[in-house]
Amino acid sequence: MSEMTNSSLDRRTLLRRAAAVGLVAAPGVSFLSACAGSDDSGDTKQATGTKSADNPLGIDPKAGVEIVIFDGGLGTKYATDVDTPLFNKKWPDAKITYSATQQVATTIKPRLNAGSAPDMINNSGSDIMDFGAIVKAGQAADLSDLFAAPSLDIAGKTVAETLVPGAVQQGTYDGKPFAVNYSFTVFGLWYNKKLFDKNSWTLPTTWADFTALLDKIKAAGITPFGYAGANAPYYMVRAIMTSAAKIGTEQVLKDIDNLKPGAWTNDAVLQAAKAWGEVGNKYIDKSFLGLKHTEVQLQQNQDKVAFYPCGSWLENEQAASTPATFEYAMMAFPSVTTADKLKATAINAAAGEIYFAAAKSKNPQGGKEYLRTMLSKQAALEFTKLTKSLTVVAGAADGVVISPGLTSANDALGKAGQEVFMGYLFDTWYKKLDDASREAANQLMFKGGDAKKFCDTMEAASQAVAKDSSITKFTRS
Amino acid sequence: MRHGKYPFIIGFLVVPLALYLVFVVGAYLQMFQLSLTDWSGFGGFNYIGVDNFVKLWDDPVFWVALRHNIYILIAMPIVTIAFALFFAFLLNVGGKSRGGVTQGVWGSKVYRVIFFFPQLLALAIVAVIFGRVFGSDRSGMLNGLFPDSWSPWLFLADERWALACIGIVLVWQQIGFYVVLFSAGMGSIGQEIYEAAALDGATKVTLFFRITLPLLWDTLQVAWVYLGIAAFDCFALVNIMSVNKGGPDNATQVLSYQIYLNAFQNSQAGYASAIGVVLFFLTLTFAALTLRVTRRDAVNA
Repeated sequence: MSEMTNSSLDRRTLLRRAAAVGLVAAPGVSFLSACAGSDDSGDTKQATGTKSADNPLGIDPKAGVEIVIFDGGLGTKYATDVDTPLFNKKWPDAKITYSATQQVATTIKPRLNAGSAPDMINNSGSDIMDFGAIVKAGQAADLSDLFAAPSLDIAGKTVAETLVPGAVQQGTYDGKPFAVNYSFTVFGLWYNKKLFDKNSWTLPTTWADFTALLDKIKAAGITPFGYAGANAPYYMVRAIMTSAAKIGTEQVLKDIDNLKPGAWTNDAVLQAAKAWGEVGNKYIDKSFLGLKHTEVQLQQNQDKVAFYPCGSWLENEQAASTPATFEYAMMAFPSVTTADKLKATAINAAAGEIYFAAAKSKNPQGGKEYLRTMLSKQAALEFTKLTKSLTVVAGAADGVVISPGLTSANDALGKAGQEVFMGYLFDTWYKKLDDASREAANQLMFKGGDAKKFCDTMEAASQAVAKDSSITKFTRS
Repeated sequence: MRHGKYPFIIGFLVVPLALYLVFVVGAYLQMFQLSLTDWSGFGGFNYIGVDNFVKLWDDPVFWVALRHNIYILIAMPIVTIAFALFFAFLLNVGGKSRGGVTQGVWGSKVYRVIFFFPQLLALAIVAVIFGRVFGSDRSGMLNGLFPDSWSPWLFLADERWALACIGIVLVWQQIGFYVVLFSAGMGSIGQEIYEAAALDGATKVTLFFRITLPLLWDTLQVAWVYLGIAAFDCFALVNIMSVNKGGPDNATQVLSYQIYLNAFQNSQAGYASAIGVVLFFLTLTFAALTLRVTRRDAVNA
């Protein structure tokens, strides 16, 4: 299922998946035991070939590869019409056995347990398997050799080097990569380029310019900034967190994820909350607290709201209600202070949509080779064209016009360079903390902009989670 | 016939009884069991004694939710019964008396049908509709009716009024049923009693308080228990109408929604079961108390 499609389920599940689903806070012990329950007789004969420059993963050129694709919002065409033909172009004798499913766990889990797994699996959708559990049960193949192998069509680089920063890290568990998080979501402030051009509003990079522009927009009779308080305050949480990370680097977010005492009362968080609280006090329409995301997004399409914080699925989600006078574009959140440790162009972007090679299959190396094919520049570009979703292959969609919003998100990524950070995972690890952050963001933005209160409330909520022994803890670095 | 009586009766009872045992009694027993565990909702669990209840005691959100349930428990039945009684009285004996027979107000047969309409709508639909009625910007129905010079009322987005908005919908949705229930009750009150009272020169108000109300007491008692139990629920309305999951700032938080959030979102099924146990005893206590108290009153009347 794609993050870029328009069902609200997708968007809700986005952050979960975007942030490496396996780490989700509900690691079913049942999943674990189900996966671990298989006997490790290891009697499956695994196909191998001779490693060479042309065959870096050492696959058996004649061995078939079985792949399973999730049939959701992304469709399956990218696999059947792009990846498979590309794979067969290089390995004409390897027969690809393809199947698609909407029930990934239902169809795949028994096969994993039986030790006859497909070689490459797309773990996605509402029936997704707990990937952390799969890794713990030793069912996923170590992808170190894949990432170290040369890229299929980008000369002189390894696969890992062709990816956006953080992409490998997101599929890494206990120091080893096990998943390719293939699709890529960019977060920022979305606006109507045509409206901005018409008014010759220039994009701000400093907070002073930002608020000056918000003043101008307000004077023009348009609500300068908005988000939906009723069901999407986590968009605002992401805005505040992104600003905090720009002030004090991603370490701020790592501390928050690790429930470190004082992580929320950190000066960077306080300054970010202060800056956004001001925006809430002066530039937001208070009635947005009672609105749903679709309502605010529609108002933006009607040019009643100028800036909206969101991820790159927005354009596709709103496709049906976007008039001809509206052209989506995205900009990075402006610097909050002049002493921000990251540049104004720094971007929060996260990979999602897990693809992995099964460890206990007939041809895991073939599965990895299929992944290497997917991570080629050509395959990535076709994927983006077909699904309107960027991939983790850096710059694959450069210079290709897919849709204005996506192009703009891609440009922002390019400008960010190495300063692309994955963001935070606390919202998927600790749902209670997620709820607390939503309420705290609403309070900050709609009820007076008290930044100190925001920090203190969140610090208390975070420490309450830390002390609660019934909640499974996770850490990141 | 006598010969096969027991197989016959058992044949009728066995299926519903089995269903009841499995899906009601069984579920309750399991809830009691789970409330003593740390079950996340997936896989296995450990017994942790009464830790969940200790945690509950220290959970401020639990107390907020409980307080809201109690507010609703006090206000909702009173308002609903008062309105329903008033309407039922008008529909049945509020009109002119014709040929010595008291009647409802003009057109009461039509009203009776209209009053029942809300009851026909699924609660989820009612919640969605009223979500729009209480919309917090100009697109909301009420705000749309207000003059443009007013700044929009926030309704559900205002923590002072959010719970009241949900209460109004609850009452609106329930009234129809109780109008019909009370109408049926009033229909069973003998005409001759009203006639006799009317001959003695009793006014409508006297009729209502001296005759209708006392003779309707049993029905009222039933209504009170029903409404009280409904007051402990409110899940659907809160889930659909509330801003930010029982917000803003937990202003519409109720126990049933806390159970849902903890069980299905926070993966703390054991803790959710503990709230369920509390809710079970609250409901039971309420029903027992109501029946007890109102019985004494009935004797006095």
